[in-house]
Amino acid sequence: MANLVSHPDEVRVVSKRFGQGATDIDRYLALDGYQATQKALGMGADAVINEVKASNLRGRGGAGFPAGMKWSFVPKQSPKPKYVLCNGDESEPGTCKDRLIFEHDPHSVIEGVIIAGIAVGSHQGYIYLRGEYRYLIEIMEKAVADAYARGFLGKNIFGSGYDFECAVQTGAGAYEVGEESALMESLEGKRGIPRVRPPFPAVVGLYGGPTVINNAETLANVPHIILGGGEWYAGLGPPKNGGTRLFCLSGSVNKPGVYELPMGYNLRKMIDEVAGGIWNGRKLKAVQPGGSSVPVLTADEVDIAMDFDSVGKAGSMLGSGAVVIIDDSTCMVKYALRVMRFYQHESCGWCIPCREGTDWLKKTLTRFHSGGGVRRDIDNIQYLAENMLGRTFCPLGDAAAMPIISLVKKFRKEFEDHLEGKPCPYEDHGKIGQLPVLTAYDHRAADPWTHAH
Amino acid sequence: MADVNITVDGRKLTAPAGTLLIEACKNAGIEVPSFCYYPGLSLQGACRMCLVEIAKMPKMQTACTTVIQEGMAVTTTSDTVRQARKAMLEFVLQNHPLDCPVCDAGGECELQDMTFSYGASESRLIDFKNHKEEEQWSPVVFFDRPRCILCYRCVRVCNEGMDVAALGIQNRGSLSLIVPNHGEHLECEECGMCIDICPVGALTSGAYRYKTRPWEMNHVGTICTHCGDGCKTTLGVRRQGSGNQIVRSDNRDKSGINGDFLCIKGRYAFDFVEHPDRLKQPLVRKNGTLTPASWEEALELAARRFREARDIAGGASIGVIGSNRTTNEENYLLQKFARLVLRTNNIDHHRTADYPAFVNALSGHANATASMRDLSSAQAVLLIGNDPTYQHPLLAWQIRTNVRLHGARLYVVNSWPIKLARQAKAFVQIPEGAEGKAAAFLGGDDSAAEALVTDKTTREKLLSFREKLQSEQNLVVIFGSELRGQDLAPLVRSAAAAGAKFICLGDYANSRGAADMGLYPDLLPGYLPLSEAARFGEPWKSVPQQPGMNLEQMAAAGKEHKLRALYVVGSNPLARYDIDPFALAETFVVVEDLFLTETADVADVVLPAACAYEKSGSFTNTCGDLQLLHKAGDCEGVKPDLEIIVRLAERMGFDIAQLVPMGAGGMRADFGESRGVQSGEADRQAIWNRRQGYEPRVSPFNPFAVLEEIQRLVPGYDVGRLELLSGNDVHTATAGQAPGKAEADRSLVPSNDNLFTSGTLGRYSHVLNKVIEHRLGLPNEKKAVVAE
Repeated sequence: MANLVSHPDEVRVVSKRFGQGATDIDRYLALDGYQATQKALGMGADAVINEVKASNLRGRGGAGFPAGMKWSFVPKQSPKPKYVLCNGDESEPGTCKDRLIFEHDPHSVIEGVIIAGIAVGSHQGYIYLRGEYRYLIEIMEKAVADAYARGFLGKNIFGSGYDFECAVQTGAGAYEVGEESALMESLEGKRGIPRVRPPFPAVVGLYGGPTVINNAETLANVPHIILGGGEWYAGLGPPKNGGTRLFCLSGSVNKPGVYELPMGYNLRKMIDEVAGGIWNGRKLKAVQPGGSSVPVLTADEVDIAMDFDSVGKAGSMLGSGAVVIIDDSTCMVKYALRVMRFYQHESCGWCIPCREGTDWLKKTLTRFHSGGGVRRDIDNIQYLAENMLGRTFCPLGDAAAMPIISLVKKFRKEFEDHLEGKPCPYEDHGKIGQLPVLTAYDHRAADPWTHAH
Repeated sequence: MADVNITVDGRKLTAPAGTLLIEACKNAGIEVPSFCYYPGLSLQGACRMCLVEIAKMPKMQTACTTVIQEGMAVTTTSDTVRQARKAMLEFVLQNHPLDCPVCDAGGECELQDMTFSYGASESRLIDFKNHKEEEQWSPVVFFDRPRCILCYRCVRVCNEGMDVAALGIQNRGSLSLIVPNHGEHLECEECGMCIDICPVGALTSGAYRYKTRPWEMNHVGTICTHCGDGCKTTLGVRRQGSGNQIVRSDNRDKSGINGDFLCIKGRYAFDFVEHPDRLKQPLVRKNGTLTPASWEEALELAARRFREARDIAGGASIGVIGSNRTTNEENYLLQKFARLVLRTNNIDHHRTADYPAFVNALSGHANATASMRDLSSAQAVLLIGNDPTYQHPLLAWQIRTNVRLHGARLYVVNSWPIKLARQAKAFVQIPEGAEGKAAAFLGGDDSAAEALVTDKTTREKLLSFREKLQSEQNLVVIFGSELRGQDLAPLVRSAAAAGAKFICLGDYANSRGAADMGLYPDLLPGYLPLSEAARFGEPWKSVPQQPGMNLEQMAAAGKEHKLRALYVVGSNPLARYDIDPFALAETFVVVEDLFLTETADVADVVLPAACAYEKSGSFTNTCGDLQLLHKAGDCEGVKPDLEIIVRLAERMGFDIAQLVPMGAGGMRADFGESRGVQSGEADRQAIWNRRQGYEPRVSPFNPFAVLEEIQRLVPGYDVGRLELLSGNDVHTATAGQAPGKAEADRSLVPSNDNLFTSGTLGRYSHVLNKVIEHRLGLPNEKKAVVAE
């Protein structure tokens, strides 16, 4: 269990019950648990949706789509059952917020799922946990079982006459399944590959039924909105960016951790004060403000408000709220390589530009970083990434391309410093033992097929 | 559906609502490239080649997944679109080996074509390409992974088109692999659709690979010689020695009733033509053994013995057995030869469906037969008996496709849960042999229900099944050889009255044609009774009015030494009807065939015949669709049956002009192909020729001269000639008047072929044998053998 961190600027809404033992259902009830659900049952579907709309709650998974609007797309009448899915497939590198919610406040997610169900007229929810979060399965399953035992789930919840079933399911370890339609495929027991859209999940989703799918943090916010009111929640952040946000500060800082800060909090302040500044007396070099899949910001660009719109204006994205902080001892080529290795490994392979683009970029960056780069590689890296951007089947291709494009643009000099067989200037030992020569490249050792079986 | 107006590259287009953008563009002649999009298969959006710009959309969209909307403004030629296509090809070529010079697909590769049209001439790649060794998945399927571009067409055609699902995807990302269903090998129907549909050279055919380059072949469109479905196949023919060698069979151009579908037999089993056992020289029995002889000697001997038999003991002492695999022209000519030259009605063939009873039941209902094309648009289909997946692969494909794409409702009555039952809206399992009772029940006879009830099928289920059927409009009723004689009539009459159409399933390539052409002892061509003989012209007045012997009666007559001569054309009755070879010990037997079959083995004269791929003519498929065959291959030493029949007649002293419509008095029109005139002009040119005193036709061996007579004289065959000559299928009518019989046809013997067998012919196909052996070696098959 991770140690919790805190900072005076924090505004605790969704993290209110962290460290309070709220996994225990009685303790949770003592901390205003399940009151929002009962209130929502009394409000009715339209009032719930209106409240969430008023809160300006935007999706915490990364895209920032207004949650209330998403719910309102679900048709009122449907011949097929409607579903509510909680996307707990938190896989974006640098992101570690949903797991804290599951760990410390599992019932708030269940409540969020029930309330979303009430809002769209669904009677079945699924909480999809990331495959690697094995230790959270027990917590979530116990929470669901406890809720069933108390009659908070199942037939006639809270004696309201409303039925709502909920189940926990885990993934098998694929980043791609964080994409909503791939998650549904996975939940249906198929390969985790995104679906052709339209139709959108709100109309044709899980098992062909209308489906609402929200990030775990989004859903965990919902009970608080119902209890505190949409207006209150909206007021916590700047216009159109309601509420607070769990920011996952990681990288070269003294006090990394998950902090709940109001939307629009200043990024520089976040790094210098909340996270306690750059470690080892080093200097800030770059930041990825929304996880590994967003364009990097240089040290000069961090004086911005952390909300969806302001970060967008600065040329990056707020994404999943994972702020990855990079100090000046980091080789940006190596960083690019590390990012690309992740996406090459996680690309589902469905579409050509993502499958081939990530593979090609990984090969090039591997060779480039180890000293085998040629000048045209730099343009080539940018060319490949730019031709992936916006042309892939799902956003994974964009996620792989955006950081690379920004890295080449903003740190071109570092790429040039690797040319002509020069050793990486950032390697501690200063020298790379052996310069790989292309013709002597051991194809068998580097053959990815050998890993395929 | 209402039409929608869109603009593509400034051009205004109109297409029905619901049309995909890529289709709307294609119909307007605007090319939008794609790999993964394939009409009729599910949408993928995976290859990203069809990205186009659409006004008001922030990103480019895939034309293959975009449904057109009113007012949509699309750009397919902008720099952005061009750049995206180029980049996409660069991406796909990253790991694709540039081994085009040794790749089977080189020259007909979609990736190659697209790279020429849209790609970059230089590669940016410096790094190595991923590699994986080639695999063999079955005797006919090879997979070269590095060439695979993962368009998933093969997976989809196997899953959706074939309902076999033998291919899947393993791993992810750049390690994604197409894999067969059983570890390292395939267990499937071996149809080869995956190979056919592969846009590159990743899936290649064991029967074709490395044999030729595509541009070294000529392509001849003809009809498959195996089952009765009549798939059009395009044979790739290559010059070899002094003749032509068939190296490939597919229907990539999607012409014909089958589109691009072919089963294993159509795709690979043309290789019997090259079997080493192929007869290439006539054989004559000398001192008890069959000895090679010249054509002169063999024909002379056969003609002399036929003439002697006829002149001494009368035509009734001679029997003739025709074929299910020879052309309509040959069958027509054979019965004409029997009736006019041999003066006998002792003519029969291996019957696999009761067509006379079918025609009789349909009397009074013109145009009540369904064509193969009707089947792909019928709203409802009733299938009684048979297992089309194995016996009529195209028919099964048509039904599956219709159910999948148009939501057709399939009703299945069978004694076994056949594979097609998966597509069925309703399925009733009946006891074996109760198909006749089922037909009676469905025809309205409630008392027949008792015989159908099993522990799986209750009376209520049967009643509700019939009720659902009765509510169907536009029904196509299909039945196999299980229904015969009187079984047919009640169902056919009641359904025909409700507007249904019918297909009666015969087993071989020209089973229907053989029946239509009158290879019956009691029926003339077009199912006319013998009393109608005079319709066919003056010489026919001499045709005996007494029905002749059928196949079994001929064998019995042989046993009693009453059959002096037997003429067998392309048939193996000894094996098919299990006839004692000694029954023919006293009979002079002439056999025309490709191989030394059981029947040929007891013959006195064996004449080597050309197969269906080595001659022209026409076939009628099981639905009654007439299609033309075109000569593709060549085999030295053999003759088409048509020529052999004419030569025999000539040597028997018969006036050839009376047998084959030729010369100034016979042929009224020709098919134009002899002098290169346009077919529409042929008739007028023939009239002009005759007026000038020229002969409209000079060769008595031209099958089209016979086809012209068939069209003129055989009821139901008076069909559009222009369509036929253009290579299209033309549906014939059942206009005959076969007399109904009280008894079921006992001489009807279904072939019981499956996907991998094809009568006697199939034994000589290397590919079919290899596949059968391969399957016997599979663990599942072994277990099945042990269990038996």
